[in-house]
Amino acid sequence: MRISTGYGSRPVSGGFETFTWYFMRISAIGLVFLAIIHLILNHVTTDVACTSYQLVAIRYANPYWRVYDWLLLTLALLHGMNGLRVVIDDYVQSTAWRIRLVSLLAFLTLALFMVGTVTLITFQPVAGSLGPHCLK
Amino acid sequence: MWAWMLHRITGIGVLLFLIVHIVDISLLGFGPTVYNEGIALFGTTVVRIVSLALIGALLYHAFNGIRIMLVDFVPMAVRYQRILFWTVMILTIVCFLPMAYFVIAPIFGVNAGNTASGV
Repeated sequence: MRISTGYGSRPVSGGFETFTWYFMRISAIGLVFLAIIHLILNHVTTDVACTSYQLVAIRYANPYWRVYDWLLLTLALLHGMNGLRVVIDDYVQSTAWRIRLVSLLAFLTLALFMVGTVTLITFQPVAGSLGPHCLK
Repeated sequence: MWAWMLHRITGIGVLLFLIVHIVDISLLGFGPTVYNEGIALFGTTVVRIVSLALIGALLYHAFNGIRIMLVDFVPMAVRYQRILFWTVMILTIVCFLPMAYFVIAPIFGVNAGNTASGV
């Protein structure tokens, strides 16, 4: 695999590195909006102490919030893990360790993607016990 | 060079938080008591201050990412390298300050006007 620094002109060799080079930029455009809006909604317009179980129950009654969060989960995880892969390629000089670390990263990505997706899909509020609106 | 170094450091920082965040959101499956206990940690003074680093890192990474894409795809953007970099820094600070106020105000018992704003 060609080592990509994320800077300079586009890779022209084709294949996986060219694909990830474009993926980083395309996902970035989505993430700028998804992540910053997410940050404003949960730290500014609503204080973080009020992002309680009750608030999740209200939001997730609308399936579009689940779609929004799933998109953010998927894009952020792939964008971030691919970024870390490039960093590992840059700094880890031993081929054996590079393979070990990137494999571990791939496993971690899949595991976190599954945990996040399952949480988003299966969430059903316990009726009658939503807990407090804000947490003290 | 500094822009590039900061982009890596902030990227790794935001990724670390993302991993923690996926795990804390998975507490939803254990019901309101467990989930709220986890989320209450984010309201503590220490974690509020740590989350300032997250907000700053995310804003810088986002704006610097836009700068990188401009340099990659707009041929004449290279000529405005310096201006673009300082625009990134100014945008980061200008967006960070008001957001930081809302995050920090509750520590001092100041109601920033958002605390009870539900959905």
